[in-house]
Amino acid sequence: MFRYYAWLAARGLKRNPGLTALMVLAIGIGIGASVTTLTVLQVLSGDPLPGKSDTLFYPQIDPQDSLGYQPGEEPPDVISYLDAKNLLNADRADRQAVMTGGGAAVIPDKPGIDPYLLDLRYTSADFFAMFEVPFLHGSGWTAADDEARARVVVISRRLNDKLFDGGNSMDRNLRLNNQDFRIIGVIDEWRPNPHFYDLNTGNYSDSEEAFVPLETAIQLEMGRNGTMNCFGDERLSPVQALTSGSCMWLQYWVELDSAEKQKDYLNFLTSYSEEQRRLGRFERPVNVRLRSLMQWLDYQKVVPEDVRLQSWIALGFLVVCIVNTVGLMLAKFLRRSNEVAVRRALGAPRASIFSQFLLEAGAVGAAGALLGLALSLLGLAAVRMQPVDYAELAHLNGLMFCAAVLMAVVASLIAGLLPAWQACRVPPALQLKSE
Amino acid sequence: MLKMTHLSKAFRTEVVETFALRDISIHVRQGEFVAVTGPSGSGKTTFLNIAGLLETPTGGSYELDGQDVSRLGDDARSRIRNEKIGFIFQAFNLIPDLNVFDNVDVPLRYRGMKGAERKRRIDDALARVGLSARTRHYPAELSGGQQQRVAIARALAGSPRLLLADEPTGNLDTQMARAVMELLEEIHREGATIVMVTHDPELAARAQRNVHVIDGQVVDVGDAEARLAASAVQA
Repeated sequence: MFRYYAWLAARGLKRNPGLTALMVLAIGIGIGASVTTLTVLQVLSGDPLPGKSDTLFYPQIDPQDSLGYQPGEEPPDVISYLDAKNLLNADRADRQAVMTGGGAAVIPDKPGIDPYLLDLRYTSADFFAMFEVPFLHGSGWTAADDEARARVVVISRRLNDKLFDGGNSMDRNLRLNNQDFRIIGVIDEWRPNPHFYDLNTGNYSDSEEAFVPLETAIQLEMGRNGTMNCFGDERLSPVQALTSGSCMWLQYWVELDSAEKQKDYLNFLTSYSEEQRRLGRFERPVNVRLRSLMQWLDYQKVVPEDVRLQSWIALGFLVVCIVNTVGLMLAKFLRRSNEVAVRRALGAPRASIFSQFLLEAGAVGAAGALLGLALSLLGLAAVRMQPVDYAELAHLNGLMFCAAVLMAVVASLIAGLLPAWQACRVPPALQLKSE
Repeated sequence: MLKMTHLSKAFRTEVVETFALRDISIHVRQGEFVAVTGPSGSGKTTFLNIAGLLETPTGGSYELDGQDVSRLGDDARSRIRNEKIGFIFQAFNLIPDLNVFDNVDVPLRYRGMKGAERKRRIDDALARVGLSARTRHYPAELSGGQQQRVAIARALAGSPRLLLADEPTGNLDTQMARAVMELLEEIHREGATIVMVTHDPELAARAQRNVHVIDGQVVDVGDAEARLAASAVQA
């Protein structure tokens, strides 16, 4: 019977083409607006490391002096070099990495390319394994390289293409700020969105093009990006500030693969802070946090409020479209009361009439889905022309494609439920007599 | 075949109860051709609706083909309508955007028949009403008489036990009405049981037996020819 209903549905679409077009338009516009905004929301609020993110945590401690203390304040977003070293050396997580952004002048060997400024990430050995960075060639460096302040670098595929024409550049040198760094790894395409591990450089910025050990960068006094908050009365030179315990500028991430380890690590942060208070370093009451990656993104309000608002407005608009479609379908279906009455008289049970009309509503939804997808592609193209850092990410992906089709069909089925129910309740005797 | 015993149909509102049929008892035997006559508003169509399981009685009992059908649920009544009853309406009631073939196909679809079996039955039914050459025509492209013949083909395609006709010639001119009536008589001669509602005494006279209904009650059950003679004498 499904094929028969589908055949009738196709004929039904051709009947009253104006009314059918209005319904398809209503569903299409509602779906187009919703898919456009939900795609942007999904891209912006997505999990940057699916399958891994629930094991990644961002520890926060509050090492500041008591000046300006406000009870209930959140601890700072970054930590000092001294605390980073202490936490690293304690080695209480499965993996842990300290990091910050930076920049250096790259001096290419390749003729025809002038020196230019390159975005860098200074970090520690576990960064690559902890964030599951995919490698095209080689690998990251070791903890021993961190200790030895090795002149090694991991570069992106894009930089490798640019400077080495995509060849295997392992063990070749990359010259940064007049210092040679040996290339030990080339990263394959990798762009986690949002740029979760350092939101100072932009929530949706591209990954850095080269990665250098933090200790090496400090030793070579390479330029750094991002905020640095210092406290206390001590006057420090810029170099002293970097390695002091009173200037906070480093991000710190840990990997903890079980709830028990997470609990232990939070206890460790508490006991570390208590110990530092006893030593007189930390002056404020113990104030620690251990947020998961997704909690961290939520805390940092990565997704712009206006994007959320637009999504709600679009969904509200979709509801309005559905309500309108209900009215149009009611008009269309009840206009066919005589057909229903005849079918009922000839032996069609109510369920058959209901199925027939619901399938017709589904067909309207399928047509609305196609229109909605076309409109959402246009909408996303418009988003990509906006001056926002996530503009280039606004593309319809497979998930949202399926969601769009599903939304359209579900929306039209919801819109078709009441009209189909009304149609199947048409009393055949009354209708046939009225003829 | 059809046996109604003390059957009633009342339409109730909050303040009034109106009887369309009141305590009627009718027995139509297998192979009979019965005409139900009566003035407008006498309850003829309500009788036919109940006989066709399109409405349920509010009192009494109704047996169709030996089965008590007066208290069946909607699905069971739909199944019996589909398998045992063929309808012929005054207004033809063809589905306008289905062609002749697809209109005749409608009841067979709900019986879940295979395509080849449906096609055989549709071809046979259309051949029987003389419309084999019009299978791809739409109702609007046919005359009233042809449309009624399509409706008869649709009623016959499912080989029903009972054929119910509600003023089958009411919308036709004399010539077409005669042709349709002859077709019904031919179908009856082949063994079909037919119950026909009509207000036309001449048509009623062509049935084997007449049931006269006034104000929802059967006032006379008699031989059709005698009734026609009586009406001629009165005239």
